Amino acid sequence: MTTSTVPYGNLTGPSRLRRLATAPIAGPLAALVLACAFFSLMTDQFLSGGNFSLIIQQVMVVGALAVGQTLIILTAGIDLSCGAVMAFGSIMIAKMAAEGTVPPLVAVALGLAVCAGFGLLNGLLVKLIPLPPFIVTLGMLNVAFALTHIYSNEQTVSDLPRALTFLGETFPLGDTDVTYGSLLALGLFGLFAYLLSSTSWGRHVYALGNSPEAARLNGIRTGRLTIGLYAIAGLVYGVAALLLISRTGVGDPQAGQTDNLDSITAVVLGGTSLFGGRGSVLGSLIGALIVGVFRNGLQLMGVASIYQTLITGVLVILAVTVDQISRKRIR
Amino acid sequence: MSTATTATPVIQARGLVKRYGHVTAIDGADFDLLPGEVLAVIGDNGAGKSSLIKALTGAVTPDEGEIRLNGEVIRFNGPQDARAHGIETVYQDLAVAASMDIASNMFLGRELLRPGPLGSVLRMVDKKRMREEAAAHMADLKIGLRSLTQPVETLSGGQRQAVAVARAVAWARSVVVMDEPTAALGVKESGQVLDLIRRVRDKGLPVILISHNMPHVFEIADRIHVHRMGRREALIKPSDYSMSEVVAIMTGALTVDGDGGGTVVADEAAAKAAGVRPN
Ligand SMILES: Nc1ncnc2c1ncn2[C@@H]1O[C@H](COP(=O)(O)OP(=O)(O)O)[C@@H](O)[C@H]1O
Ligand SMILES: [Mg+2]
Repeated sequence: MTTSTVPYGNLTGPSRLRRLATAPIAGPLAALVLACAFFSLMTDQFLSGGNFSLIIQQVMVVGALAVGQTLIILTAGIDLSCGAVMAFGSIMIAKMAAEGTVPPLVAVALGLAVCAGFGLLNGLLVKLIPLPPFIVTLGMLNVAFALTHIYSNEQTVSDLPRALTFLGETFPLGDTDVTYGSLLALGLFGLFAYLLSSTSWGRHVYALGNSPEAARLNGIRTGRLTIGLYAIAGLVYGVAALLLISRTGVGDPQAGQTDNLDSITAVVLGGTSLFGGRGSVLGSLIGALIVGVFRNGLQLMGVASIYQTLITGVLVILAVTVDQISRKRIR
Repeated sequence: MSTATTATPVIQARGLVKRYGHVTAIDGADFDLLPGEVLAVIGDNGAGKSSLIKALTGAVTPDEGEIRLNGEVIRFNGPQDARAHGIETVYQDLAVAASMDIASNMFLGRELLRPGPLGSVLRMVDKKRMREEAAAHMADLKIGLRSLTQPVETLSGGQRQAVAVARAVAWARSVVVMDEPTAALGVKESGQVLDLIRRVRDKGLPVILISHNMPHVFEIADRIHVHRMGRREALIKPSDYSMSEVVAIMTGALTVDGDGGGTVVADEAAAKAAGVRPN
């Protein structure tokens, strides 16, 4: 041993508490807790199981979209088509199931497959041509939007079979009623949190977002990985479509028109960097909850909804500023 | 090149060509690496050194030419192919994932999975074992770092270089390639990288070292491959030439004569300016 060798006394790095305090989701989490504390003080109705259950129901559709959006943003991409793809999926599933063309579960499977197909097409265009994700998904947004209106004839689809509305039903948890859909959405977050943090696939996603060339030189098949990510994101939008149907109880061709921006808002508020390679779906869950808590709290306080939009906008700009500054500090 | 005939080269290339549009980055280059040697590859900026190295390590596919590994003709379909054959590369820009920690970077693209169904079914990576093995490799190479859970972007240039070198050395089974590993480093850190190269050679692995730094090259190389305008200009022993002669060969002022013992003046004015004359 020479004197230049430094012993490895500290293999695990900083303590658990320190790591939590410096974790990328610490900021968003603190913001969420502060917002909850603030609204609890301002209104009596805020702090109740029933109200939290409501918030989760309100954010679960955008939250599910944010899971897929996180995957794309982690690669330094962006997906503007997510809400429109979800809307098409929901109309397709609702209409096929309501008209009885196919059994409800087959309609669900077909809907999920079509949403994944939209994602796959996005991925192929982004990777093989190649084209900027912003443009590809902007085009796909319009395609899916138009197809939704053509396919639905501008008609809302009602009288859905119970298989499609089941996710909107509740079960009691303590003194609160929780929907099965909320559980599904949380399960989606859990699944992708696991995949991203604990599998080699997840590590490859982060490496790709850091530097596609470095990932390639390390033997990661970046083309396949990217295309797969877009397809998986599409599939996740299909799950969001199921949640959407269960929440509204109908197939609505007008649904989801601002959800693409709302999902980006949630992802950015959750601390995921638009430059790729850093962030988490857990952060996006927190981001979605921040939006939901603000909307809900301000509403309970009697603030007009246009101010809710205003405040969300300010929050997003703040979050992106923090991202940019922290990136500069690293260089 | 009398020594080249005694042993089968570990890597040998003949007539490599790589074009990028109108730019011919590799223009009929030959290459030979013998077992156990440190081969320095030198040449001006833009001579095509990095392109040559990328062709030899599967990072780009040459348009023409033939590569042999231990005498067998081989075609790499991507860097993972070369890695599967035990060729490890420290690329000029390091190819690390900045936001990921040191241990994750050491195992990037070949993560260890947990034993049992956690690994085989749930595909769960074994973070603890990767950290331990990364620490063992670092200790083996006498590289001191405070914590292996630090993101690479928080490290100094020299530490990042050390991580990239350690990764290559840890995985290499037949060759280690380093593209300008000391270019961004201070004197002390450069010295540490040169020490590392010696330790790799002492393990019996041949090393290809691309460098601009003549003192480093003369300190460590067994042979020098001089690259000029996309091809090999000369393959020489440092003991046969002075540093200024080698620089003159690199810039085209001198050319090596037929049997590799001496030089001939190719460009009278340039040779004079460089202060080199044969004999
Ligand atoms: N990916 C690329 N696309 C276009 N031109 C390239 C590319 N890589 C290298 N070149 C060109 O090939 C030539 C050789 O470059 P390089 O191999 O990096 O030389 P060196 O490493 O000796 O400085 C340069 O003219 C460079 O501009
Ligand atoms: Mg170079």
